[in-house]
Amino acid sequence: MTGLYRRLSAVFGPEVPGLLGFLVLVLVVFGVFAPNFLTGANFGSIAFQLPELGLLTLAMLMPIISGGFNLAIIYTANMAGLTLAFVLKQYGGVDAGYWPFILGTVLAIGVGALSGAVMGAVIAYVGAHPILVSLAMMIFLRGLGEFLTKGGDISGFPAWMATLGHGTVLGIPVPLILFLVCAVLWHILLNHTRHGFSVRMIGSNIRAAGYSGLHTRRTLILIYTLSGIMCAIAGILMLSRFNSVRVGHGEALLLVTVLACFLGGVDPFGGFGRVLPVVIALIVLQVLSSGLNLLGANQHLSTAVWGLFLVGVMILRWGAGRLSERRRRGS
Amino acid sequence: MPADAVPPDALRFSGITKIFGGVKAVDDVSFTVGAGEVHCLAGENGCGKSTLIKIITGVYQPEPGAGMEIFGQTYAQISPTQARKAGIAVIWQDLALFAEMTVAENIAFETMLGNRPRAVSYARLHRVAAAALARLDVELDLDARLGSLPIAQRQIVAIARALVSDARLIFMDEPTASLTQSETDALLAVVRTLSARGVAVVFVSHRLAEVLEISSRVTVLRDGRLVGVFPTAGLTQSRLTELMTGTVITHDVMARDTGHNPEVLRIEGLTRAGEFGDISFTLRAGEVLGLTGLIGAGRTELCHTLFGMTRPDRGRIILNGQDLQLRSNRDAVAAGIAYVSEDRLALGLIQPQSIADNTVLSVLRQITGAGGLLSSRKKDATVSHWISELAVKIGTPADAVSTLSGGNQQRVVLAKWLATRPKVLLLDCPTVGVDVGARAGIFRIVRALAEKGLAILLVSDEVPEVFLNADRVLHMAGGRIAHEWDPRQTGLPEMEAAVYA
Repeated sequence: MTGLYRRLSAVFGPEVPGLLGFLVLVLVVFGVFAPNFLTGANFGSIAFQLPELGLLTLAMLMPIISGGFNLAIIYTANMAGLTLAFVLKQYGGVDAGYWPFILGTVLAIGVGALSGAVMGAVIAYVGAHPILVSLAMMIFLRGLGEFLTKGGDISGFPAWMATLGHGTVLGIPVPLILFLVCAVLWHILLNHTRHGFSVRMIGSNIRAAGYSGLHTRRTLILIYTLSGIMCAIAGILMLSRFNSVRVGHGEALLLVTVLACFLGGVDPFGGFGRVLPVVIALIVLQVLSSGLNLLGANQHLSTAVWGLFLVGVMILRWGAGRLSERRRRGS
Repeated sequence: MPADAVPPDALRFSGITKIFGGVKAVDDVSFTVGAGEVHCLAGENGCGKSTLIKIITGVYQPEPGAGMEIFGQTYAQISPTQARKAGIAVIWQDLALFAEMTVAENIAFETMLGNRPRAVSYARLHRVAAAALARLDVELDLDARLGSLPIAQRQIVAIARALVSDARLIFMDEPTASLTQSETDALLAVVRTLSARGVAVVFVSHRLAEVLEISSRVTVLRDGRLVGVFPTAGLTQSRLTELMTGTVITHDVMARDTGHNPEVLRIEGLTRAGEFGDISFTLRAGEVLGLTGLIGAGRTELCHTLFGMTRPDRGRIILNGQDLQLRSNRDAVAAGIAYVSEDRLALGLIQPQSIADNTVLSVLRQITGAGGLLSSRKKDATVSHWISELAVKIGTPADAVSTLSGGNQQRVVLAKWLATRPKVLLLDCPTVGVDVGARAGIFRIVRALAEKGLAILLVSDEVPEVFLNADRVLHMAGGRIAHEWDPRQTGLPEMEAAVYA
């Protein structure tokens, strides 16, 4: 058992074995107690629900590792969704073809990137705290979005777009494929590029990083721009899943993305964090909520369980830290 | 224990041992401080000084068999509360004060704790604080916010607070580490006042000159053991260093004639208003140019400008015959200038991150492989090359750099910059927070780099450092170059007299 733990730690990082343990525990408990839990239908629905939260979590992850925050992720996503919706409406709504979709997607990603770049530039050059800057952007985007939509929904998109939100390829849900591709890209970006390296260094000590010759301002702008682009992808997915856009779609997910990051072992003070444990944490959260759902608990209760879960994980990590400390001092 | 000692010694500890995880951090140490004595506790980092202080103040319990006597009273066990009640206070380096509160509140708040009625009497706070400062012969604005005061005055506040809680024995942990010479002198005067009023002071300091100046006796620890207790009269800095490190460190002037080497860096009339003015000098290949002066003389500011962190108002920086217009430190690094910051903790290294990452931080392009991705093979090769080149003692390269000692951390900083293949190396107080023994190692590296042709500007506020290790010495005062010396012709006393004038 400890041998397996060590090997998993060595290959995937120290957070992974514990989280996998949790995942197995959750699967076993619900497998025993919840009817229809261990069924293809249940896992299928998990696979369709996970990607929205997953993409938004990726958008939150990079700013947090850099010691920052992005409160504007939900409204950036929906603003990008609105952009695509406006373009589709302009070119016939239900009858729109592929080209308007491509144009709209490009513009949507541009909107996400722009909102991120503005935040990044303000953080980098004015030195304002990311929480304040992204709060301002969040409120601005919400107000702008509600003004443009008059507070309502926009719907009526071409039927073929449902493939994006509900289709499968070789039995794998399209949203899941999209999420996995993005997660792999994020992993490569954070672990194997100069940008990712700079993100971690900036997260630990931005002044020392600057003294060592890292281009800290450019890195900050890129962090928030990439975060905005990831939001836009989430927004496009949300549009095709709900077949509608509203500024407030998915508001409740904002802090859940933060929860997922911290469950995944991301250092709340910045500097450390990896994609893989965060993805596993996302799966644990999603499995928890679907299991509770099958047990007949309502959605609010599962939110409460998520919160308890984070507290539990923090206590366990603290305990594990003390144990290894004691072992080190004892040996 | 002698009953005839009147008044009793402030502290008589004997046979103190403390074991952590099988390692003896303190091994059978005895420590005695006379009433009203100024005593120095000396030793390198990790010699057991802090452990000993924590035992005396009740934070740690010693192993059985220890004899503990405070002001004549014997204790079987000491708790932090008992130690405080017995009159022991410690002023740690971080001072543990409240930056947002006033001077009076910081000094006297403890007298308010547990009082009834619970309302705070500001008149009494003022009275108590003023009385404590008067005992130190110091005047401070009682209503000033602590955070607005310079470090030196905050220290005074910390000392006054200790007096308010009736301390008769005050430990000061590296109190002068961030003080200028005149501030240090002021602090030493306060210590003398305390001593004259019967308060014993234990000074823990790396700066040997002031240790010898202020204290009457010095207790030296090495590797957790007591080396001995020595009267400071007749003790020299080099003898004390030998006692602390257990090795004889040679103090020979290393200066050589480098006047025929090719010129690498030429500074002409460099000026930045309010920081430094009209600075001109040349730096040759293979030369170690010393730059000394008091804190605030503009040394670090000059380094920042040479490193592209700030823009000069006037003047030229010429590297290998080419005028440099540095817009950022990235330009400086690209041109071949590297800067080892005086503040290793905050600016030199990214403490929580790994040794490996800190080493390659400045050369990410060098370790980039196919497709613009970082190559772990190139990274490992770069890291292991520099770790062995500079003989850094590490566990594994994945360990956080904060786990290393000061001397080894400084080697990582050097590795980071040498990896950029610089032509000019700016060393800003490279031995701050580095043990006396490890300093010699740093200077051996500096000398070896110079032999290989690197042009080095060695900045230090410790005159002996530049006197011994530089080929030429510049003295900066008030933002200007005041003197240029050749250590082979000008003696150390003359240099020190000019710098500390």
